[in-house]
Amino acid sequence: MSQRIPVVEKILSANDRLAAENQSSLDAANVFAINMMASPGAGKTSLIEQTLKGLEGHLRIAMINGDIATSFDADRAQAAGATAIQINTGGDCHLDAVMVQSALSQLDLGILDLLVIENVGNLVCPADFKLGTHKSVLVASIPEGDDKPYKYPGMYRGVNAVVINKIDLLPYVPFRMDFFKKGIEVLNPGVTQFELSCRTGEGLAGWLAWLEGQVKEFKGIHAK
Amino acid sequence: MHELAVTESILEIAVRHAQGKNVGRITDLYLVIGQWSSIVDDSVQFYWDIISDGTLAKGATLHFRRVLVVLTCQDCGNEYQPASEEFACPNCGGTHARVKTGEEFQLEAIDVED
Repeated sequence: MSQRIPVVEKILSANDRLAAENQSSLDAANVFAINMMASPGAGKTSLIEQTLKGLEGHLRIAMINGDIATSFDADRAQAAGATAIQINTGGDCHLDAVMVQSALSQLDLGILDLLVIENVGNLVCPADFKLGTHKSVLVASIPEGDDKPYKYPGMYRGVNAVVINKIDLLPYVPFRMDFFKKGIEVLNPGVTQFELSCRTGEGLAGWLAWLEGQVKEFKGIHAK
Repeated sequence: MHELAVTESILEIAVRHAQGKNVGRITDLYLVIGQWSSIVDDSVQFYWDIISDGTLAKGATLHFRRVLVVLTCQDCGNEYQPASEEFACPNCGGTHARVKTGEEFQLEAIDVED
């Protein structure tokens, strides 16, 4: 006999459950974590380098770096003074909660304030896989073009902050900031935004202050 | 793309819901996929044929129900489908919208037989 069984379950629910476990581990250790996503070349690693430099002496930071191959980015973070764990996804287009769980087990969470997870450069897949971080940040950049919110709505919808990098290139590239921001406004009303240049340092102070504020607010709530 | 991970997840959920119910095999799966969920049906089907082999769901048919994006304007209440490079409300020009549909990513039901 044939019958229908109602299921109504989110397809990535298993990943969501593991992500929740990761977040519990981070909460228990009082470590604030961000998931940093972007297309390749937007400047994730540059922003992380600037962040490590800018918050040195303020916060104890480690990072998890996801890359399809190579450890260049983790090497750059280590050179900038952070503990860095490299995850080579071996061709996978995104990090998932399982990979992060295994990386977490290699870190001494007890001596950290902030964990930065650098996702694989990609505006599609990382949006669907929660990692267990407290906030997610999208790094966009001027040379990518102003149409990206319209082409990758899933990514722009799900993040807590948008960093617009490489604003020093605005005089040289046709980029309609109002068109770009109008797309974001519909997708993610009121999302925190920063316009900066990792190369010149313009606008970095606002980003650093926000991030440090987020960590302090979190630690205030989760203080033991 | 991440269709392999997605397909594995679909199989795991379907088999879990069939277990303990005297199911001989799963014959059909009903998936609901919103337009803003980035999944390619053909890829899922391709992986499905490989990974469902040897399971309760071997040979089951995948049904994809695609749901278009519909936004509700919070300024005038208009419901509309956004254009490719214009998300504002075509009625009042407002940019305060809520996503009504189009982000679904679910396994809705399965058909089974003894």
